[in-house]
Amino acid sequence: MELIMAIMTGILFAVAVYLILARNILRIILGTSLLTHGVHLLLMNMAGLKKGAAPILGEETVSYTDPLPQALILTSIVINFGVTAFFLVLAFRANQTLGTDDVEKLRGGGHNE
Amino acid sequence: MNNFIVLPLLLPLLTAILLILLHNQVALQRWISGMSALLNIAIAILLVSQIQRDGIQTLYMGGWLPPYGIVFVADMFAALLILTASVVGAASLLFSFGSISEDREVMYFYPLVHFLLAGVYGSFLTGDLFNLFVCFEVMLISSYALIVIGGSKRQLRESIKYLLVNILSSALFVTAVAYLYGALGTLNMAHLSQRVAEMGQGDMLNVIAILLMIVFSLKAGLFLFFWLPGSYAAPPAAIRALFAALLTKVGVYALVRTFSLIFYHDPAVTHTWLGWMAGATMVLGSIGAIAYRNVLSILNYQVVIGIGFIGLGLAIATQEAWDGVVFYLMHDMLAKVLLFILGGMLITFARTENLIRMRGLIVRYPLIGWLFLGTTLALVGIPPLSGFPGKVMLIRSAFHEHSFLLGAIGLLSSFFVLYSLINVFKQAFWGPELEEQGVHATIPPPSKLLNGTIVVVFALLIFIGVNAEWVYGFVSQAGQVIAEPALYIQAVMKEQ
Repeated sequence: MELIMAIMTGILFAVAVYLILARNILRIILGTSLLTHGVHLLLMNMAGLKKGAAPILGEETVSYTDPLPQALILTSIVINFGVTAFFLVLAFRANQTLGTDDVEKLRGGGHNE
Repeated sequence: MNNFIVLPLLLPLLTAILLILLHNQVALQRWISGMSALLNIAIAILLVSQIQRDGIQTLYMGGWLPPYGIVFVADMFAALLILTASVVGAASLLFSFGSISEDREVMYFYPLVHFLLAGVYGSFLTGDLFNLFVCFEVMLISSYALIVIGGSKRQLRESIKYLLVNILSSALFVTAVAYLYGALGTLNMAHLSQRVAEMGQGDMLNVIAILLMIVFSLKAGLFLFFWLPGSYAAPPAAIRALFAALLTKVGVYALVRTFSLIFYHDPAVTHTWLGWMAGATMVLGSIGAIAYRNVLSILNYQVVIGIGFIGLGLAIATQEAWDGVVFYLMHDMLAKVLLFILGGMLITFARTENLIRMRGLIVRYPLIGWLFLGTTLALVGIPPLSGFPGKVMLIRSAFHEHSFLLGAIGLLSSFFVLYSLINVFKQAFWGPELEEQGVHATIPPPSKLLNGTIVVVFALLIFIGVNAEWVYGFVSQAGQVIAEPALYIQAVMKEQ
């Protein structure tokens, strides 16, 4: 299972890098979103996939799983959700004001304007 | 356990929430945010004096003892940076009262500044790597909003790039955290340091260390500063002053913590990299500073040179170098906020960013002109001012460790700072006044509050320079904890 997850993480990273290198800003946003998904999967995988009960004291359970990675991933998902939403709105506004969604055209002529 | 140390984080957070509710009442917002910023300076002073008396203070959130739960640690280094940052925050807030347009003030400008400050203080205080990521994000998300608030074309264009760079570096940060957790099974910085010492810093940990180095260098602008000059030119002057003085310094703080507390066992790899990056930053920053005729670009490259110079201390990593890093960081934050406030006023009064089209401003604005010269001299490191002691310690530590090349680059970078800023001073303030009748009548002169603010900040620069011996007492306490990780670990893990 770890192996499949590792390969999956690699695929997500690769797709994300490909998308981030695109010129269209929507693809870039999708790329960053996929990248953070890859990172979360990596975090889950690095902490080890274990079988066990939730870490709540009970009479029948013998082994518990480590709850920390889930907590970290949850925090990171929330942050990523907010940032992606902001990025989408920013891209929308930029498209309205600047009239383009092509990052090559966002270069700006140096600082003299 | 000391509940007091969460107060510098809590106060701006609560202020920000309160200000969101009052976002239509601009005058009230100004009062509350000004008071809150000043109160935070008082809290920071209390914190510094408490740490001087009783040593490192810790707070275990929710009573979970380390390595479980999140721990807040206030050592002298963190406290001094909080104190400096709170002065910087207050100064840029007071500057923003007169310079930020009202439509921005209504659109949650003050809450965002306080959220940013909360993120900065949190980053300084936390003793947990993942919590550091969270505090970074609090700071960064506020900065995303601040950089684009107002929505001019330049702001929209630059903030997309700024956002993308920071999202990528944050993703890499979480990747590094994941690897660290997989390798060492903890994220508490003191515990990480213990585990690395037990395991030995092998090749695997070096890879993680360098990943973290890339992440923090992107945030600090150490070598990976390609995003900085463009992004920092976009927002209004008050926000620019806040960013230039605070944001990159948080990255530097994270670098210092990581490479003094956790990954200090293999300096041949990590610290060599840091040394090359610091040298390259100073060289490239110097080239940038003299290459442009645009005041904003010149000022932005001063930030880059400053970061490179602090990087020099990171690479040397002896007790003397750490003292220099702490001293120079404090000086640099204060001097940069003053430089950017003065630069912002300069651009407002000259009505252009282009240096060629400025002349003779000293006739109308003598205070700004002379303070600009004074700040330049402080940044260069002329003795009675605050830049001198930090520069002496850093350069001397470089020569003690036989890093002659780095030391020489550091010295030379000071000349480039001098040349580029004196050039601005000469061009903008000297000479006959430009003959544009009626232009100056439309721009109101700086308010008494603003004049008072810049004079006080400059007085602080002189105070630190003149009382360097007294300040050094605090600085050396900070440097000692950085140089001896055992002190930090003992303070955090003692209640086990």
